[in-house]
Amino acid sequence: MPLSNQLKNQHLLWRAAFGPMIENVNQLSEVSQKELYKILLKTSSKKPTALNVASNTYDGLVKGIQDLGQMQKLTQEQKKQLRKQSADDIKNLNLTWLSEMINSEAQLREKMTLFWHGHFACRVVNIYFQQQLLNVTRENALGNFGDLLREVSKTPAMLSFLNNQQNRKQHPNENFAREVMELFTMGRGNYTEDDVKEGARAFTGWGFNLRGEFIQRPFQHDNGNKTFLGKTGNFDGDDIIDIILEQKATAKFITQKIYKFFVNDEGADVDKIESLSEGFYQSNYDLQKLMNNIFLSDWFYLEKNIGTRIKSPVELIVGIRRLIPMELEKPEAQLLFQKVLGQILFYPPNVAGWPGGKNWIDSSALMFRMRLPQILTNSEEFLITPKDDDDVMMGKEGVDKMSKPHQLNVNVDWNSVVDTFNTIKKENLQQKVNDFVLQTKNSINPNVLKRYTDNTSREGFIKSSIIELMSTPEYQLC
Amino acid sequence: MLIKRKEFLQIGTLASASLMMPKFLKAFEKKDLVTPGNKVLIVLQFSGGNDGLNTVIPIRNDIYYRSRPKLGIQKEKALQITDEAGLNPALPFFKELFDEGSLGIMNNVGYPNPDRSHFRSMDIWQSASDSNQYISTGWLGRYLDAQCSGCDKPTQALEIDDVLSLALKGENLKGLALRDPKKLYSSSNERYFKEINAAHNHEEAAVDYLYKTLSETLNSADYIYEQSRRHPSSESYPATQLGKNLKTISSLIFSDINTKVYYVSLGSFDTHVNQENQQKRLFTELNDAISAFVKDLKNNNRFQDVTLMTFSEFGRRVAQNASGGTDHGTANNMFFIGGGLKQKGLINAMPDLIDLNQGDLKYTVDFKSVYATLLHNWLEADDEKVLGKKFERMNFI
Repeated sequence: MPLSNQLKNQHLLWRAAFGPMIENVNQLSEVSQKELYKILLKTSSKKPTALNVASNTYDGLVKGIQDLGQMQKLTQEQKKQLRKQSADDIKNLNLTWLSEMINSEAQLREKMTLFWHGHFACRVVNIYFQQQLLNVTRENALGNFGDLLREVSKTPAMLSFLNNQQNRKQHPNENFAREVMELFTMGRGNYTEDDVKEGARAFTGWGFNLRGEFIQRPFQHDNGNKTFLGKTGNFDGDDIIDIILEQKATAKFITQKIYKFFVNDEGADVDKIESLSEGFYQSNYDLQKLMNNIFLSDWFYLEKNIGTRIKSPVELIVGIRRLIPMELEKPEAQLLFQKVLGQILFYPPNVAGWPGGKNWIDSSALMFRMRLPQILTNSEEFLITPKDDDDVMMGKEGVDKMSKPHQLNVNVDWNSVVDTFNTIKKENLQQKVNDFVLQTKNSINPNVLKRYTDNTSREGFIKSSIIELMSTPEYQLC
Repeated sequence: MLIKRKEFLQIGTLASASLMMPKFLKAFEKKDLVTPGNKVLIVLQFSGGNDGLNTVIPIRNDIYYRSRPKLGIQKEKALQITDEAGLNPALPFFKELFDEGSLGIMNNVGYPNPDRSHFRSMDIWQSASDSNQYISTGWLGRYLDAQCSGCDKPTQALEIDDVLSLALKGENLKGLALRDPKKLYSSSNERYFKEINAAHNHEEAAVDYLYKTLSETLNSADYIYEQSRRHPSSESYPATQLGKNLKTISSLIFSDINTKVYYVSLGSFDTHVNQENQQKRLFTELNDAISAFVKDLKNNNRFQDVTLMTFSEFGRRVAQNASGGTDHGTANNMFFIGGGLKQKGLINAMPDLIDLNQGDLKYTVDFKSVYATLLHNWLEADDEKVLGKKFERMNFI
């Protein structure tokens, strides 16, 4: 059976965006993938407005600091306070960005940003740094990879996370240089340990001041000759990035990773990656062109690529919220969901990012995923206590540690959901809802489904069908 | 109109019919699957970086007292176990264990190029990676992969928690996290879940993987719950989280369940400020829970089949800080408790406080050697396969 136009469009929306919204129900059967992708490009073409949630105290403090002396004047208590404020602000940043993913028009841009958020994984409890890194990533997410790499490499977030502040002439710290090559650009096997050492020498002196601005500290920079990937010269960090970008291995590594994230986590055959990455390299790392080549291709819409990818926890939460319009009285509950499901924005497990795929799924995570639609729409109580994060809590009792069941007060706008299906005949309703919610080739056994749907009213039927279909293993896939 | 009330959904409102008894569950019912002397490993994680120097105290070391003028525990207060070492005063039961030969202490455990970040160092301990290596599986998860390939049950390794730790995630198999058997049973006891599971035809690989996990979860939930009620512990445990968790574990140990590894955490030991009270509170919880647990195991004649190991992601700096606490350090000690220890008491030398690395202890035992020993000598597993290379095995068990 040929795949329906609607399925293909939903596929595009799940991969290049965060899934269809309820109002898309009746729009997706007519429009072509090419047209839909054009819309996605257009809505993501504007430069994004920078997110700013840093509290005034923090903002003022960081901007007000002129020299190191002032920072040292802070008492232990003030420093502790600052750290706590920072962690709270990062929670706000998390929820603010999550809300962008749900509501923003610039879906492709936010989706690309989520990809880069995992690629340039960074874990520092400093709101100012995290916010800046996120904004740099959002701005360049669909632009030029070289620019993105260079800008990210110069953020205080990354420089401090990878210890380049400690990378000084005669006392090199190789962490930054190593991860830039291993995880951000070429991948293992394309450089030697000597390249790491020499690269680290070139990055000496790269750092930041207390106002969060990138600086090159000339007295800490090693001005000697370095030999890096076959070239010799008095290189600095920018030269190293140039040389890394000259390597085809970089284009290939990034293309592979993008393919796995957006198309199929099984990867692609050598030829396909070869041709995509060659185009990416020839375009001087134009990300939009690379994404065009993927989303406008025929192979992207092959059956093997549809409904076969396990959604990340963030994609799952955002996807549900795009399909069912709702207001959460306690939006911070979404932080708990992220924690229980294993993906807290701004807290990647390590510099390699979230491994993804099957790694998202274990027994308890799957049970929670399958209950999430009910918890969100039904205000079902749930009692769950994730482990504390010692980096944030510093030995204090966690605030989200609760001994009582959580009760979410959620206002669900079921009316607009039900209205969207107004024109559908009763006998087609089940199929229509099914096709809209699930991307997998096979669905739930209709006889089973029938036993659990509310058949007393049209409204009840639509609601219960959606929630039931979301409470399945199939819905974990897109 | 916005709707704000409990929508009626039939999911979860009906009791389980438990009609379909899966074939592998039936297999469990054959009692001979579990040997009576089933050896069990319990991993107790001290989250947050426990201060090892105030746990096993070098009571004759002047450097210790000089570095910790306020925080150092005086010789008279420590529970002396040897000429040079004393236990934290909040651990009297550990002293009893020491005296009867059921406690082993391994000092200076760590790894090369230690990382002082909680999450990274915990990552390293749980995945058993080198400090510049990123592995997305855990050592006990890989133990499951190696031991349990082809078997249909994730109950070989259980974590008593709401969320599964990296340590128990393997490439193909993962352990199962549960807060308690009843809660797991009731949360998975949805007729809807059971019915879609039963009606599913395995086809596409990704869906199939999810259904496999679902099916294992549902069946394990029934199985674990049933087992936990078979010989529930009658011992009284302290009403702390650790007390409850160890009681859950003992009830399962007394059943015929096939679990080899239990994982449980206690924290937070991140004592930057006011360390004395915080460590005392946690150690009291630890001491009392372990005391009830050991008594329980002995009364049921299972103590010789159990080894409990403690670890923390790092120790703390030798010197106290200005806030009555200590900051993140490196090497640390580990406890082994059980009736099957071959080496008891202090297994190796106390920390060297002279030869430090910028104020931090140097490790003398790689924690992966400890893992290798437990995997090979206690769990009879292929340690080299699980850890990816050969580490020197020791003789403590």
